Amino acid sequence: MNWLIDFFSNPANWSGPGGIPVRLLEHLEFSVVALLMAAAVAIPLGLWAGHTGRGSLVVVVSANAARALPTLGILVLVVLIVGVGSTWPVLIPLVLLAVPPILVNTYEGVRGVDPDLRDAAYGMGLRGPQVLFRVKVPVALPLMLLGLRLAAIQVVATATVAAYVGLGGLGRFIMDGLATKNYTITIGGAFLVVVLALAAQAGFTLLSRVAVSPGVRRAR
Amino acid sequence: MITFEGVTKRYDDGTVAVDDLSLEAPTGAITVFVGPSGCGKTTSLRMINRMIDATEGRVLLDGQDVREIDPPTLRRGIGYVIQQAGLFPHRKIVDNVATVPYLLGWDRKRARARAMELLERVGLDAGLARRYPFQLSGGQQQRVGVARALAADPPVLLMDEPFSAVDPIVRASLQDELLRLQSDLQKTIVFVTHDIDEAIKLGDTVAVLRVGGRLAQMAGPATLLTEPVDDFVREFLGRDRGIRRLSFIPAKDVRLEAAPADLVTDAAGRPLGWRADGGLLPYGTFNPERDSLRAALDAALLAANGTAVAVDEDGRVIGVVTREALDEVLGQYAARHTRPLPATGEDPRG
Repeated sequence: MNWLIDFFSNPANWSGPGGIPVRLLEHLEFSVVALLMAAAVAIPLGLWAGHTGRGSLVVVVSANAARALPTLGILVLVVLIVGVGSTWPVLIPLVLLAVPPILVNTYEGVRGVDPDLRDAAYGMGLRGPQVLFRVKVPVALPLMLLGLRLAAIQVVATATVAAYVGLGGLGRFIMDGLATKNYTITIGGAFLVVVLALAAQAGFTLLSRVAVSPGVRRAR
Repeated sequence: MITFEGVTKRYDDGTVAVDDLSLEAPTGAITVFVGPSGCGKTTSLRMINRMIDATEGRVLLDGQDVREIDPPTLRRGIGYVIQQAGLFPHRKIVDNVATVPYLLGWDRKRARARAMELLERVGLDAGLARRYPFQLSGGQQQRVGVARALAADPPVLLMDEPFSAVDPIVRASLQDELLRLQSDLQKTIVFVTHDIDEAIKLGDTVAVLRVGGRLAQMAGPATLLTEPVDDFVREFLGRDRGIRRLSFIPAKDVRLEAAPADLVTDAAGRPLGWRADGGLLPYGTFNPERDSLRAALDAALLAANGTAVAVDEDGRVIGVVTREALDEVLGQYAARHTRPLPATGEDPRG
């Protein structure tokens, strides 16, 4: 506890390019960009596979394969290939990490919509895309948001690896603290990562409240 | 009118769900498809709104082959009610009912006004409109399903076992409600059920299908009960066919006599019982204006003296029917409605 107070009360930790606000923003930037890129890939793919029933094998296999990839290993590999200096090498492993939960939950959510409901929707005269966006997506939304939330938390926690290859983010505090045996800084950095992950969790919970119909939320 | 012309549905694995089905479902009447599971009744129904397409033959809607109409357009003009109601859980009841009007591009206000009108029509409280489907009972959900199917006032209504998932009391009230609605609306209804009693109660015409998707017999319910074409139909109809057929004979022609003195009534003229030494004995009543001969016979059998009490709408005694009078009318009925059996050598005991 005292270490935390020391970390946050030290004015040197709050200013300059290595200060808390800058590192926090860097960390957020990696996380948000990675999450958006992953969602841009995984949501359309999941919707398509779940709606049409095609490509399900591809979805499941690739999601499992992506889960098994070592994040740090990929990061080092990417950096070795392209060299240090830009931000985007760190995005590749983070995106790969975020795709599986979003993809699988979107796919399962859409595929798992009650067949009677699907039948009724088509029987009323809705066309395929209308069935998907007016019926299946609203019903699958809780599961889709859960996937996004899991991905967000994982990305926020894992974005610390950026520091391994000389990039910024909250990982810097952890790395630098370990390197200089200044554990105050390590613990302060870790604490900030936890806070950010919890904030992501809270953000998505709030989003569920707003975006999911009460008829779907309470029915579960 | 809906016409099936030699319709066959064969699946890729060779299974034949419907086999060379030809029949007509007349305009403004209820046609029931009934049969055991695997008889293709639901498949046949779903070929009308192209949820399934026939392999051979044609389904015509007022003379036009449904295959010529784009499925969503076709379906928006046909009401569809399914077993589990299939309401959209994320939408309020009023918006569920307004589904098809919205699809047809009605403005929101008009669509919702129409939905409210229909909720009332199917006997639901306007207060339910703002609720979500999970907040309603099964019977209420099923009523919403019917309201939703009727929202854009389609001339044709397809109902696929709509009342099978609710308890018997709710089912009976939903059936009565449907008959009441139908007497106002005169829709062309095709109704699928596995319950022969439901078929006989609701159908103007009943098509009995056998496993393998072949039509066994198509007839009005009263004819079906007296003249089943073969053992399959006879067995499917079950017991007490003679008694059940009496349900289709109105009791209004039965001869009433003045109530004898030993029928005790209250001040308003409602029956209390038959006078006897030890007090009052049980009695049975029927309403000649509304009930069937079956109800009259039942009322007679409930009383120790075999005399049925006829009452009016308010339950006041208007006369009695003796066993002799019942006998007379049953005899006439039997003579009028029984034709010689076809000479097929079948066991006539049935």
